[in-house]
Amino acid sequence: MAEKIVIRGLTKEFVTKDRIVTAVKDVDLTINEGEFVCIVGPSGCGKTTLLRILADLETETRGEICITHSDPSKPLNSMVFQEQSIFPWMNVRKNIGFGLRCRRVGNKIIDQTVDQYIQMIGLQKFADAYPHQLSGGMKQRVSVARAFANDPEILLMDEPFAALDEQNKIMLQEELLKIWEAERKTVIFITHSIDEALILADRVIIMTSHPGTFKTSVDVDLPRPRRIAELRSDPHFNRLFTELWGVLREEVYKAKASEGLTLTDDEFHDDHSRTLADESRLVL
Amino acid sequence: MAEKEPAVTQATGTDLSVEAARSVTTQVGRERPVDTLKKAKRRDSGTRWGGLLGFVSPVVVLILWEIAVPLGLVDGRFFPPPHAIAGTFWKLTLDGTLLSDVWVSLVRIVLGFLAGAIPGLIVGLSMGLFRPVRWLLRPVVSATYPIPKLALMPLIILIFGFGETQKVITIALGTFFMVLINTMAGVLNLDKIYLDVAKNYGANRRDFYTRIALPGAMPLIFTGLELGMGMALLLIVAAEMTGAISGIGYRIWAAQAVFKTKEMFVAFIMISLLGYLFAEGLSSLQRRIIPWKQL
Repeated sequence: MAEKIVIRGLTKEFVTKDRIVTAVKDVDLTINEGEFVCIVGPSGCGKTTLLRILADLETETRGEICITHSDPSKPLNSMVFQEQSIFPWMNVRKNIGFGLRCRRVGNKIIDQTVDQYIQMIGLQKFADAYPHQLSGGMKQRVSVARAFANDPEILLMDEPFAALDEQNKIMLQEELLKIWEAERKTVIFITHSIDEALILADRVIIMTSHPGTFKTSVDVDLPRPRRIAELRSDPHFNRLFTELWGVLREEVYKAKASEGLTLTDDEFHDDHSRTLADESRLVL
Repeated sequence: MAEKEPAVTQATGTDLSVEAARSVTTQVGRERPVDTLKKAKRRDSGTRWGGLLGFVSPVVVLILWEIAVPLGLVDGRFFPPPHAIAGTFWKLTLDGTLLSDVWVSLVRIVLGFLAGAIPGLIVGLSMGLFRPVRWLLRPVVSATYPIPKLALMPLIILIFGFGETQKVITIALGTFFMVLINTMAGVLNLDKIYLDVAKNYGANRRDFYTRIALPGAMPLIFTGLELGMGMALLLIVAAEMTGAISGIGYRIWAAQAVFKTKEMFVAFIMISLLGYLFAEGLSSLQRRIIPWKQL
């Protein structure tokens, strides 16, 4: 398979009030075309930072990233954010079509694509509803649909289901599997759930805590199409789970031990969700 | 913005929430709307009492006023009894002065408002979106904003003379700053995530204005428009104080010169009415433009 993303020696440092915090350090990573990769690591290990660098929302301090853009008519990447990120002032339809509209795609194609994804996420009845009329699960579905409808070469997903309850999470994971198995895009999916990583990924990458760097990668050779209920009772799934937890456990303990030295999850969250008023940076 | 009678505000608010509930029925499905409609009705019956109570207080004030004048508790020269004001109101309506005064002032207000609000909106959006623009203009805005526009009037008169331009410019200046400052605040208060999304999904400069900043800041833009409207009403009276021969403001000053307090009160009523109509117009526009901020 062709190499899609090659990352070499990627390092990102943040300057806080009184010190420099290394969020990501010397990450080397190669991701192939059409691969579904999950990145797992303890809280605050720089997973989100890594993704934001790939999404071009943050610039690396050192290192290089090489992404192959094979079809210039398609956007390179689209991100599904962890927090509430669909526009409150657009209805479901407009939200899903946002990327296409920015790319000045014809109205007819936008309508068709939006219809298709509204159907896929089962929100036909809510097509003209505004986000405040939707539940958390529905909003996240719209967010996922917005990314898929944009038809990017790479999907970047930052713990998209972390804030959902268990039932909604399972449903959305199944929907994601279904859509992905049909389209086979390159996906980088961040999660802190081993379970979720094993259900979705072809390969799970584990990152170390503080500073975040590549630790190990485990191939998930579970057959597709996958059914979540079947996976859970699959002995191989359980073996993989144990193996991954063995590796991750160590890192979680290390992360705990160095707490205070690292940015906490909250600090990270603040960092990414503050308003323009706090850190007004030039957007264009 | 002048305080409105709570009764009126609440009553219209209720009407619209029923309408909103209906439109949800057609848009969204079935289960939720029934609930919303029920809730709207419950709210409705609650505010009917509020409406009645809100009606009582002004009527009581009018009755007390009417009684107080002949009793000598209130000086009728300064506070002519309501029935006398009503008579003058009728007289001025019949001879056309009232209508022409209102019309003249209305044109000045609307022109001045637009001439201030539109540039205020554009500059405010730009300052909110782009840091260099903000750096460039903020000192100028901070320095000029606090100067009372009334203090600038003599200068405006020097430059433009006593014409329509002078009045329109005065109102435009007041509106401009209100809209600018609130629009900028509206953009700055947008959660940064929306800008990240826009950037990641390939929004260009125009998209940032029309799809993100403008709709996202809309709630605060409306606050700015409301404040600007209040400012416009304040400034129209001041602007018509000098060198005007018509308009509501002129009527107040002219009536004062010849001690026609009844005419002054008629003018007060008209200004209050204009203020009320503008506020209602803006809030119905707001409900149409910002359907996502309801509830």
